[in-house]
Amino acid sequence: MFHFPWISAAIVVVLAGSAWASRQRRAETVCKGCILVSAVALFCSLMAWWEFSFNGNIQAETGGPLAQWRGSGVLEMDGLSAPLIPLAALLYLLTFTVTLRTKLRRFSFTWALISEAILLATFATSSVWPLVTLLVVGTIPPYLELRARHKLTRVYVLYMTAFAALLIVGCAMANTGHHNEPLSGWFLAPLMLAILIRGGVAPLHSWVADLFEHATFGTSLLFVAPMVGAYAAVRLLLPVAPDSVLQGIGIVSLGSAFYAAGMALIQKEARRFFCYLFLSHSSLVFLGLESSSLLGLTGGLCVWLSIGLALSGLGLTLRSLESRHGRLSLVRHQGLYDHTPALAICFLLTGLASVGFPCTFGFIGMEMLVDGAVHTYPYVGVIVVVVAALNGIAVIQTYFRLFTGCQYHSTVPLGMGIRERWAVLGLAVLIFAGGLFPQWSVASRYQAAESLLNARAAEFGSPAPVHAWFASPVLEAPLDRSRD
Amino acid sequence: MSALPVVVLGACLLVERPLSEPATSRTVGWSLGFGLLAALGVCVLMLVQGTAHFTVLLGEWISVPAFHFSLKLLFDWLSVPFLMLSLVLCGTIGRFAQRYMHREPGFHRFYVLFAIFTLGMTVTSLAGNSETLFTGWEMVGLSSALLVSFFQERMSPVRNGLRVWSVYRISDAALLIAAVALHGMRGHGDFDELFGVGPWPGSPPALTAMQALVVGLLLLTAAAGKSALIPFSGWLPRAMEGPTPSSAIFYGALSVHLGAFLLLRVSPLLTLSTTLCVIIVLWGLSTAGLAALAARTQSDIKSALSFASLTQVGLIVAEIGCGLRWIPLIHLIGHACLRTLQFVRAPTLLQDYRAMEDAIGRGLASANSSQSSILPVGLRRLFYRIAHERGYLDAMLNDRLVAPFLGLFRLFDRLERRWTDWLSGQASRESDQVKSHSELTEELL
Repeated sequence: MFHFPWISAAIVVVLAGSAWASRQRRAETVCKGCILVSAVALFCSLMAWWEFSFNGNIQAETGGPLAQWRGSGVLEMDGLSAPLIPLAALLYLLTFTVTLRTKLRRFSFTWALISEAILLATFATSSVWPLVTLLVVGTIPPYLELRARHKLTRVYVLYMTAFAALLIVGCAMANTGHHNEPLSGWFLAPLMLAILIRGGVAPLHSWVADLFEHATFGTSLLFVAPMVGAYAAVRLLLPVAPDSVLQGIGIVSLGSAFYAAGMALIQKEARRFFCYLFLSHSSLVFLGLESSSLLGLTGGLCVWLSIGLALSGLGLTLRSLESRHGRLSLVRHQGLYDHTPALAICFLLTGLASVGFPCTFGFIGMEMLVDGAVHTYPYVGVIVVVVAALNGIAVIQTYFRLFTGCQYHSTVPLGMGIRERWAVLGLAVLIFAGGLFPQWSVASRYQAAESLLNARAAEFGSPAPVHAWFASPVLEAPLDRSRD
Repeated sequence: MSALPVVVLGACLLVERPLSEPATSRTVGWSLGFGLLAALGVCVLMLVQGTAHFTVLLGEWISVPAFHFSLKLLFDWLSVPFLMLSLVLCGTIGRFAQRYMHREPGFHRFYVLFAIFTLGMTVTSLAGNSETLFTGWEMVGLSSALLVSFFQERMSPVRNGLRVWSVYRISDAALLIAAVALHGMRGHGDFDELFGVGPWPGSPPALTAMQALVVGLLLLTAAAGKSALIPFSGWLPRAMEGPTPSSAIFYGALSVHLGAFLLLRVSPLLTLSTTLCVIIVLWGLSTAGLAALAARTQSDIKSALSFASLTQVGLIVAEIGCGLRWIPLIHLIGHACLRTLQFVRAPTLLQDYRAMEDAIGRGLASANSSQSSILPVGLRRLFYRIAHERGYLDAMLNDRLVAPFLGLFRLFDRLERRWTDWLSGQASRESDQVKSHSELTEELL
């Protein structure tokens, strides 16, 4: 049965858009063109998702020009990637939409479109070596931007070189093992390190803060927010790593989440605050993904989506504020509420959604993650709750620093434009819709988690680990948040 | 119905098209009136049918094979009176605020937060499981913190709002950990399953004394944060920075009693551990003692009332620890009504005094306490210092907890800076050059 190659179409459109954008001179025209191109890409990815939901199983693209690799399908959509591809396309669309005139000359639309194409292809790839190639290639556009803007590149280059080298070596070593036999931790060490570096898990996270310092906010956000490191962990590490290795990574991630939450509290500049807030949340996603339990993995996948949306919204809000105000200090109160009330509300909404406030997208995911963490790590799992509390304090503290505390005087209007207003409304609708009607998204993440764990069990030739946590002495019955 | 004003007013705020003042207050007023009628109807039905306990399942919020989350409302002789109290007082204050907040720049914002608070109180009152309770609990916390910082162009309310929010987050974390612990021990967080389907307060859950002590202490910490029991009592006078209507409803009447409500809700669990009960009594009495002392040294009426309120809350908690159930509930309802009245009269206190003095033709007598004169002067000074500094609790929390915690992370920040500077071969942080007050806006545009 023929399926239209929606993912290939999205990638081709984006690449064609980047070629067009590179030849344009007027930044305003380029911006509008990029919005159109990314909207088409979003439509294509949504159609791919819809077709996948309709068919209900892994769907490899066979008809697209980019879909073949050595005669077999490379681009495909499964339960894991189905919502990630539209999420990535939406993130780019929102970023282009809220790019103001003050940022037009600084932000490279051409490279952003190329990055989008790489990202879409990455999320649509599960084969090892094509994925490794895309992961490595994806690190190049930010470097080129840093070079073009004459910024410091050494930290970024060092970390990304280490990432690329460890990833290639790690995958080569991981593939030398026999099937049905768990690999030892030492065999997986390079791959683990590569993934922890790309995921920004402390203490291997310095490049993230450095990138936010030197690159444009938009580029930094687009590079880290889709959480490609987490995707690499699921595709490359989860199928081959034994439980002990995964739990070790989970413990490191938990420590990283706590560390980053504490660091977010003491930052004196908005970008750095965002960076650490993001690192804290992405570490929580890693914790869920590496918990090797169905509940934890489902929670991790849910939080991945929710913070992908919420923190991207928060980042774009800060970017919009920066466009009006310059880099934002958190040393003193800025009092911007009266000039930009909708941005203030958007900041609050996205920030609270990221920490799992009730009725927002992040609530259920965070609940599941807490339960999963506590059941995998009975005593230290409660640190997730502490992390969420610290992140909540950091969000409100920054809200107060930016929007309240004094009166800001400006001789020019700083209100939102039409495009920004639509973006804010769209984000708000998605955050509340995901929070009030979470069944569909959680069920899809549950199925994805089940598939991943079943595949992992099949790889090891042992009973599906999805049932392992049921036998845990800590929990005697499936979790029921309300009744048996 | 309580959710309706949140949706309507919140959407208007988001699109920067606020409703008119009368339309705003009418939206809130109608929803509160309808909610109160419904609560009255339920109460009458329960009396007529002799039903002391029933639940309404609103539906499964989440249902996957390993995880269920249902929205369940519980109607019993704890939830219904508390709900009616909440709606009556919110309705009163909603009406009062219509005039009090007239032409305030943040009129619409006030009502949005007020609506979130009302929704949070409704959900908390009727929660049939720990997750639903947590949902309402968080809404109350957020609206409280944002209303404390309502006059947001000034620094002091904002700082105090952050303080309140920080304490509430600790309280939220304790509640969530308690809920997770209960899940781990019993496999569910449904109050019906935990405490039985009999009339409130219900029967004790099947937990050991040690399990009950651990969960009970977590719940007590959550209650302490929400009800400003020691060592968290410092936030209560700070919360008076908000507008008087919100001070009245939040810190005089409802929010400050939410901790006591939580303890009443889980009261069957408390009976499993004598140690826990003793701790609760001591905790409540200590809070009451300190608050009674501090109330005597306050120089403004709202702070004095807040400590007076805290004194009663401490006593209510002690009553719960003593194993009483109906007396603390009646105490709570009566105290909330009285304190609301006192708070809404507070702005006209001086005028009331003048009216009284005019009526009697002389100044009012001084209220110096004759009992205190029997204490030695040194002891009186010591008590005064303790009362004036509110037990040094804020300073203790700041010096022993907050400052070392933040100091540790500042140290980490310095180490990170050195690391990236070393890798870069030069100063690596552009953010150091960011001005604390940017003057670039016009240049940017």
